[in-house]
Amino acid sequence: MKMITGWSLIRLYTILIYIFMFMPIVAVIILSFNPQQFGSFPMEGFSFRWYVKLAQNQTILGAFKNSLILGSLTSICVTAIGIPAAMAFVRYDFPGKNTLNTLLLTPIMIPEVVLGVALLLFIRWLQQPKSFLLLLIGHVVLTLPYVLLVVQARLVGIKRVYEEAALTLGANPFQVFREIVLPLLAPAILAGMLFSFTISFDDVTATLFWATAQNQTVPVKIFGMLRNSISPEINALGTVMIILTVSTPLLAGYISRRFAQAS
Amino acid sequence: MKAKSWKPWALLAPSLTSVLLLLVIPVCFVIVYSFWLRAPTGADIPAFQFGNYAKFFEDFFYSSILLRTFRVCFETVALCLVMGYIPAYFFFRTESKHKSIMLLLIMLPFWISFIIRTLSWINILGDTGLFNFLLMKFGIIIDPLAMLYNEGSVLMGLIQFLLPFMILNIYVSLDGIDRSLLEAARSLGCTEWQAFKEVTLPLSLPGVSAGCLLVFVLTAGTYLPPMILGGPGNELIANLIFKRVIGTLDWPFGSAISVILLSLLMVIIFTYNRYLGINQIFKSFNKG
Repeated sequence: MKMITGWSLIRLYTILIYIFMFMPIVAVIILSFNPQQFGSFPMEGFSFRWYVKLAQNQTILGAFKNSLILGSLTSICVTAIGIPAAMAFVRYDFPGKNTLNTLLLTPIMIPEVVLGVALLLFIRWLQQPKSFLLLLIGHVVLTLPYVLLVVQARLVGIKRVYEEAALTLGANPFQVFREIVLPLLAPAILAGMLFSFTISFDDVTATLFWATAQNQTVPVKIFGMLRNSISPEINALGTVMIILTVSTPLLAGYISRRFAQAS
Repeated sequence: MKAKSWKPWALLAPSLTSVLLLLVIPVCFVIVYSFWLRAPTGADIPAFQFGNYAKFFEDFFYSSILLRTFRVCFETVALCLVMGYIPAYFFFRTESKHKSIMLLLIMLPFWISFIIRTLSWINILGDTGLFNFLLMKFGIIIDPLAMLYNEGSVLMGLIQFLLPFMILNIYVSLDGIDRSLLEAARSLGCTEWQAFKEVTLPLSLPGVSAGCLLVFVLTAGTYLPPMILGGPGNELIANLIFKRVIGTLDWPFGSAISVILLSLLMVIIFTYNRYLGINQIFKSFNKG
């Protein structure tokens, strides 16, 4: 009997933690439909007013475009350089392997503020203006360690025997890459791209150092809007972001599972 | 395989070059700049002097921000540990069919924009937020309580951001425990609580320490929660760096503060790595 009460306390505690984690997020979604000027509790009515206003806000739409372009380019670049590196770590033995792996992963541990200052100082020394390119290379450095971690974990599962079998059966190295390696690698590439896209799309601190008025991203824009006060429009924008960023990985997971079943 | 020893290096070259050029060299620049002087005109003068460091440690205004940062780090770690261990243990012991969905839910906030998650607390803690609304509705208070823009609200934002890291680190460690050890302890006459205390808890400590380090390091560099949820007295070291560099364009001093922050973190990380090994931390990311 004692065991049961102990376990139910643990369960209750866990439920409370879930409430703590999700209560603020749920509040954002609920309040985004509040038609009042100062969108707060209690709810008085239900309207899409703030979404309509959002859709007409040209600066936010512009920021969305910037964020999408930046996130897509970041994910392409970082996967292109990250996948080969991950392959080197998983497939080969070479001197200094562990040290190099740690070196490439350390940016996770370096505060973004320091990364922001460092890259900006470097650009200033080179006498280059802040530009979109600065944001792009900054985001590549920022996301590279995460891509390496995620992709390495997936690559470990790909056995070399498949490639060896194909080579033995007379395939040339190009065919082996196209027919064997690439399809097996596809989930890792997808995971890496998705992860880096989300981190890039979401980043605020370092981006605040690097962004100019012309190439603001959505989080930077929200940060600027918050200086005045929290408006229901921000809650509406938040809801759109939540739906976008949560549905993307779920959708990708669903698609890759469907692919796995089909093949 | 010897003949192909250049191959891994060719594969690594793009990543290594980027990190070297865009991270290692820029950080070296920060270190060099931290010794420079700033002219009254605002120009940076190359020099080698410790004035920026002296200024930081002599002026209590600056050093108190560093002390506050450490205090907030310890508070966040302690709260995340208290709030995170039991859910991690729950995931370890539950036999529910929905375990994978519950784990996915705990990781879901990773996918939600950090700035949205942070500002969402304004809707809860603000003067017209959920808590004040409920307290006033039930007549417990008449005027709204000031719950926002203090250290407590900053901690709320930090915990909501960092708790999943703590839970995952502890869970990964718990999940690696050989369950037959628990059965052995039970069959040898241990009570449930003794089995936990003697077997589960000690074996979960690597995850606990990895989670604590990660939460500490991420808190130390935090910029957004104090900006959005804190008041004028809740600035942390990252806010000071941003203000010096972007606000007053004082590059040498801003660089010196960055070096101080970075070196303190490096000391902590290297000490940790020396005694406990850093790889445990990276393990939890793969679960995520």
